[in-house]
Amino acid sequence: MSKTVPVTLNVNGVEHHLEVEPRLLLVHALRDNLGLTGTHVGCDTSNCGACTIHMDGRAVKSCTVLAVQADGVALTTIEGLASENELHPLQEAFWNDHGLQCGYCTPGMIMAAAGLLAENPNPTEDEVRHGLEGNLCRCTGYHNIVKAVLDAAKAKGAAVGAPASGQPGVTA
Amino acid sequence: MRPFRFERATDAQQAVALLGDAPDARYLGGGTNLVDLMRLGVETPGTLIDVTRLVGYDRIDEGDDGGLRIGAAVRNSDLAADPRVRERYPVLAEAVLHGASGQLRNLATVGGNLLQRTRCAYFTDVTKPCNKRALGTGCPAREGRHHNHAIFGHSEHCVATHPSDMAVALAALGATVHALGPAGARTIPIPGFYRLPEDAPHRDTLLEPGELITAVELGPPPGRQTRQRYRKVRERRSFAFALASVAAVLDLESSGTVSDVRIALGGVAHMPWRATRAEVALRGAPVTPERATEAAQAELEYAQPLRDNSYKVELAHNLIAATLMELAA
Ligand SMILES: Cc1cc2nc3c(=O)[nH]c(=O)nc-3n(C[C@H](O)[C@H](O)[C@H](O)COP(=O)(O)OP(=O)(O)OC[C@H]3O[C@@H](n4cnc5c(N)ncnc54)[C@H](O)[C@@H]3O)c2cc1C
Ligand code: SF4
Ligand code: FES
Ligand code: FES
Repeated sequence: MSKTVPVTLNVNGVEHHLEVEPRLLLVHALRDNLGLTGTHVGCDTSNCGACTIHMDGRAVKSCTVLAVQADGVALTTIEGLASENELHPLQEAFWNDHGLQCGYCTPGMIMAAAGLLAENPNPTEDEVRHGLEGNLCRCTGYHNIVKAVLDAAKAKGAAVGAPASGQPGVTA
Repeated sequence: MRPFRFERATDAQQAVALLGDAPDARYLGGGTNLVDLMRLGVETPGTLIDVTRLVGYDRIDEGDDGGLRIGAAVRNSDLAADPRVRERYPVLAEAVLHGASGQLRNLATVGGNLLQRTRCAYFTDVTKPCNKRALGTGCPAREGRHHNHAIFGHSEHCVATHPSDMAVALAALGATVHALGPAGARTIPIPGFYRLPEDAPHRDTLLEPGELITAVELGPPPGRQTRQRYRKVRERRSFAFALASVAAVLDLESSGTVSDVRIALGGVAHMPWRATRAEVALRGAPVTPERATEAAQAELEYAQPLRDNSYKVELAHNLIAATLMELAA
């Protein structure tokens, strides 16, 4: 057995002090140690994106990150996205646009989309498709997911009065 | 995953010293490749030394000549988004954005990207022999599945390719790797940083055990007349490794004559492959469709495809010719 080490996981604004084995993956720390089961595991090989969360505001796949790598870093999971009584615009849009069927990919999809919109608040359809390339969905054929992200961008833009033309996308 | 010890270094000297004390230790960047390989049992380090928080190594600094020194812990996303990189070395930003997905680029570091291991399916399957994973056990890919393997520079011991898109652009730009080891600091130019498999495929690069990559340096930016482009062909439109790719940097005189050109190919060899024969064929006259084709031919003539990957010869040929024509247009 290897020794455990202390880590501080700062998840959705709450600090958790844990003793973990270095080999514990962040996704398991979130799900098993902290009971935050909204983050899913779909593939375990960094392919499907179901485990997407934010580290320091940026989308990452938590199935290939060790919990110790996240020590002291601000983490956001799907549970931390909505404010008190209100769904996040992306959650609202996925609901309205039928952006999900079985829902397995949805938390990761929404977290990846939130990361995308943070960088590029007014993406084109192509930029959304490219930006979500790391997330797989077996059910929807992606059409409604892309629509939901575009609608959420519009809703967000209206809410915060963002300019109609966003920054140029960083897709290549 | 096998248990291991975890250390975090805050300066480079300390990281090197920590590794010196534990020979079965590995440096840990974003972990997007290493943690995966540990889960598969391909890598079984006794200690991981996290080098993503080395103070000062997550910065891109500008030299007096306009060149850039990119710290090894800079994340791939930050590299691709840096305005200086996008303006002066667009081929590098393009190459990085053609690799992996946003979530992976947000974690992956420059040092880790350079040292990512091959995607050969035998290498990642510990139930199979593989010289790169266990020297002396053989290379099943030579006669087995090698659809996506090398057409240049392979040996009877290994036919794998290097998977990095970023490294291909760095090879075309003539970047230099800075390393720090127990014996001190040194610099190694890319692509010479990488090696051909020969009879030692377990070594991907010239780095000695324990050496830490500290930075990648880009020389003064190419002049205004320089045109740059990265193109990648994969089995689907996004989120896949290259079957073949090309990074090209073309300097034209006002008359259209090629004063200098650098071309590197990805997905075709154990290292980013500088197409020096094509470069020689292009210098000194304008790019025409005929000359672009001849240049591609001059390089691909020397390809040694395996049983099932001769499609890459034509693919690389067309990639070179099409990219040159696009740049010269
Ligand atoms: C699903 C998937 C798809 C991908 N697609 C692509 C693609 O299309 N194109 C592409 O180019 N890449 C692709 N990648 C690979 C990705 O780019 C690499 O995993 C990533 O760049 C590695 O960086 P890292 O910092 O996470 O490295 P790590 O995993 O942390 O480390 C990789 C290696 O580098 C060593 N290392 C790390 N930092 C240093 C240092 N400073 N000095 C010395 N040694 C060091 C480690 O010991 C390890 O051996 C893909 C990966 C995945 C999982
Ligand atoms: S090609 Fe190289 S990595 Fe693949 S099985 Fe052969 S020795 Fe191993
Ligand atoms: S579970 Fe992490 S990418 Fe599939
Ligand atoms: S809704 Fe079922 S996997 Fe996406």
